[in-house]
Amino acid sequence: MLKLRNSFVTVLAALMITSLVLSGCGTNGTGGNSSGGNSAAPTTGSKGNAGNTGNAKPQDTGASSGKQAGGTIRVAMATEPDNLDPYLSAATDTGSMMDNVFDGLFEAGENSELVPALAESYQVSEDGLAYTFKLRQGVKFHNGSGLTSKDVDYSYAKLAGLNGKEPLSSKFAAVEKIETPDDYTVVIKLKEKDAAFLAANIIAIVPKDYEEQSVKPIGAGPFKFASYTPGQQLVLEKNDDFYDKDKAPTIDRVEFKIMPDPNSAVLALKSGDIDMVPGISSQGALQLGDGFDIVSGPQNMVQLMALNNTVKPLNDVKVRQAINYAVDKDVIIQTVAEGNGVKLGSNMSPAMKMYYQEGLEKRYEHNVEEAKKLLKEAGYENGFKLTITVPSNYPFHVDTAQVIAEQLKAVGIQATIKQIEWSSWLEDVYTNAKYEATIIGLTGKLDPQEVLGRYETKYAKNFFKFSNSEFDALIGQARQEIDVNKRAELYKQAQTLLTDQAAAVYIMDPSRSVAMKNTLKGFKMYPVQKYDFAAMYYEGK
Amino acid sequence: MRFYIRKLAALFLTVLLVSVITFLVFQVLPGDPAQIVLGVDADAHQLAELRKTMGLERPAAERYLSWIKDTSTGELGTSLRYQRPVADILQERLPVTISLAILSLGLTLIIGLPLGIYIARRDGKISALFLSVLTQLGVAVPSFWLAFLLILIFSVTFRLFPTYGYVPWHESPLGALKSLFLPALALAIPGIAVVIRYLRNTLLDQSRMDYVRTARSKGLRERSIMYRHMLRNSLIPVLTIVGLLIADTLGGSIVVENVFALPGLGNLLITSIGTRDLPLLQTLVLYIAFIVVCINFIVDMLYKIIDPRIRLKR
Repeated sequence: MLKLRNSFVTVLAALMITSLVLSGCGTNGTGGNSSGGNSAAPTTGSKGNAGNTGNAKPQDTGASSGKQAGGTIRVAMATEPDNLDPYLSAATDTGSMMDNVFDGLFEAGENSELVPALAESYQVSEDGLAYTFKLRQGVKFHNGSGLTSKDVDYSYAKLAGLNGKEPLSSKFAAVEKIETPDDYTVVIKLKEKDAAFLAANIIAIVPKDYEEQSVKPIGAGPFKFASYTPGQQLVLEKNDDFYDKDKAPTIDRVEFKIMPDPNSAVLALKSGDIDMVPGISSQGALQLGDGFDIVSGPQNMVQLMALNNTVKPLNDVKVRQAINYAVDKDVIIQTVAEGNGVKLGSNMSPAMKMYYQEGLEKRYEHNVEEAKKLLKEAGYENGFKLTITVPSNYPFHVDTAQVIAEQLKAVGIQATIKQIEWSSWLEDVYTNAKYEATIIGLTGKLDPQEVLGRYETKYAKNFFKFSNSEFDALIGQARQEIDVNKRAELYKQAQTLLTDQAAAVYIMDPSRSVAMKNTLKGFKMYPVQKYDFAAMYYEGK
Repeated sequence: MRFYIRKLAALFLTVLLVSVITFLVFQVLPGDPAQIVLGVDADAHQLAELRKTMGLERPAAERYLSWIKDTSTGELGTSLRYQRPVADILQERLPVTISLAILSLGLTLIIGLPLGIYIARRDGKISALFLSVLTQLGVAVPSFWLAFLLILIFSVTFRLFPTYGYVPWHESPLGALKSLFLPALALAIPGIAVVIRYLRNTLLDQSRMDYVRTARSKGLRERSIMYRHMLRNSLIPVLTIVGLLIADTLGGSIVVENVFALPGLGNLLITSIGTRDLPLLQTLVLYIAFIVVCINFIVDMLYKIIDPRIRLKR
């Protein structure tokens, strides 16, 4: 028990080591990162062309490129899977591993588009209440059984709670009835219009009446689940019967190694014991040297300082705006993220091209005078005391809090930082909203509803305690709007409203950097955390 | 006989007390095991489902009592985080921690004892001074830093050992040894330094004792004085330290396990606290308390063998 202190020491050590490395390498950084740049296109570090290699077809192994068949990719993962059953898992890391085992009717594309996977085509009725999916024929699950509409029925009934049990996903709450007119047609009838429903169809389709998903997951994806040893590794093997020959995997085996320490992962990559480290820090990337590719791009995350909108004095919009003026986001991006982040103005990352409202990041340009003026108007001329509660296991957010506390001093706000353990944060801050300000990163989703829905008054985990009838109306309208462009417009208005109301301080979308051996090709960056190992391959000599 | 009964009663009481305190502390700590496993992206329905599987709707006290009941019958309950029997998890993790403890203890003794004697015999010479500076460093340097240094030197530069992970003994004994050597060394180095310093100091103390002077004047050879008389008398404090070191490593070593990504008990302990996995934590706490008491007992026995004058009284 005494050793508990050591986890703190580890963090300290990591900081020390990285700072050593930094001072050794000089601080030339990656200077020219366009801070206003909204392009979601991945930028490739050091060695060049990893960004655009994924297009070659897997069959033409011979002539064109030196593509090698087979091989194993060993990937460092920081966390253990929460559950192998896709319906019982919520962790992003788990999803990104198991996404290779399971396919849905659609898959997420590189530009947030929906790419047909198990569904060949779909149709929406004019009233927007009936979705007809035509299934691809000749699809086999890993247990050998062929995919039919019955499997989709079974899967969706489970999610929507139509099988007489509790539902497993609120995204399927609108589903009223599932019909299967023939083996390859599924008609889903909704109770009410739900524009977010289409994107929900990226969820895994599981074989009918198979209840062992938590132990031995079976899907129809390009890789088969092979084994999971808690604390050590999760192994996937190539699915030789994958239905889509154009996207069939080349790699034989993927091993996710569970490595809790990020520095060890970098050393393992350097020594050749690991082939790929997703989410490498910029310090880690500097240590690597030759022989590695680093691909980075916006990860569709919103790092923000949430303000409890019901706590005095934060319940005053002027105070919240003053805090927004007082915080200099550029400084945070340059120091904490070492320039690898895109400035935000609302709860949406530019990676969500279609829905992102441009220009909001300029709404509160750093302005101490304006902040002081607003505080004076609100009656807090002499400032006030503010506690920023941060989860201690995220050094990134802790560092951000330190910079912000310093910046708030300039306008007279005395901020103290309270570090708490992640589990306590989830309970106190996230579930019960017992806090004043906190810093956290919210992972992006494919559908804007899931992103902005967090601010709805009725949302159970609305820890911002933001409540605005105009906002609720916009979100409600957007949910019913089937026209894609009109819907996007509504979400843009909702973002603007969040910015005007200064519901939180939206800081940045920190870049995601993935480091891998430079012989490993075909990596593609997605607006959600997704690693498509079917598209990856080793380059031959 | 009464001595053993006494020890057993003490063991039982310690374990019970530790267990109750752990339970009470957990009641005060905020945190919902289901929410912790699923994180901020959890769907409300998923949360409800997981809470049901974890059996969280039952009051905490009731769950604790049923864990005690399970444990007293030899089953150790079910882990909330892993949704598997705690006994199975322990079975996977114990070999790693025990191998690590044995290896690092072996290294500590093999390196520590001879160097301690050497340094005491050459007291005042340059080589001894150099070694003392090294031991000073060994005590001061934290093991995680050592771990990284060892990886950098032996794995990244010379590629002699794997950088991370564990290979089970039954799969490949050589692989297992290779995968555990660096972590064992990282764990052993501070212990080696402590053993050297203790042994040196007590040996030097002993060398000023009357019996040593008598032995010398009697014309005994220096070797014989050192190994037959002084060393035996110096082993008692060293044994105490070694006992503490073993108990420590058998309880799992959080930092070293993390750095080398080893699936040992230290890692599990942290996870069980972080995820508020009471059945798992209670079992681990029980195990650690048990280990500490047992090691103390063995050390007491060894005292008696080394120095028969010591009586285990009362």
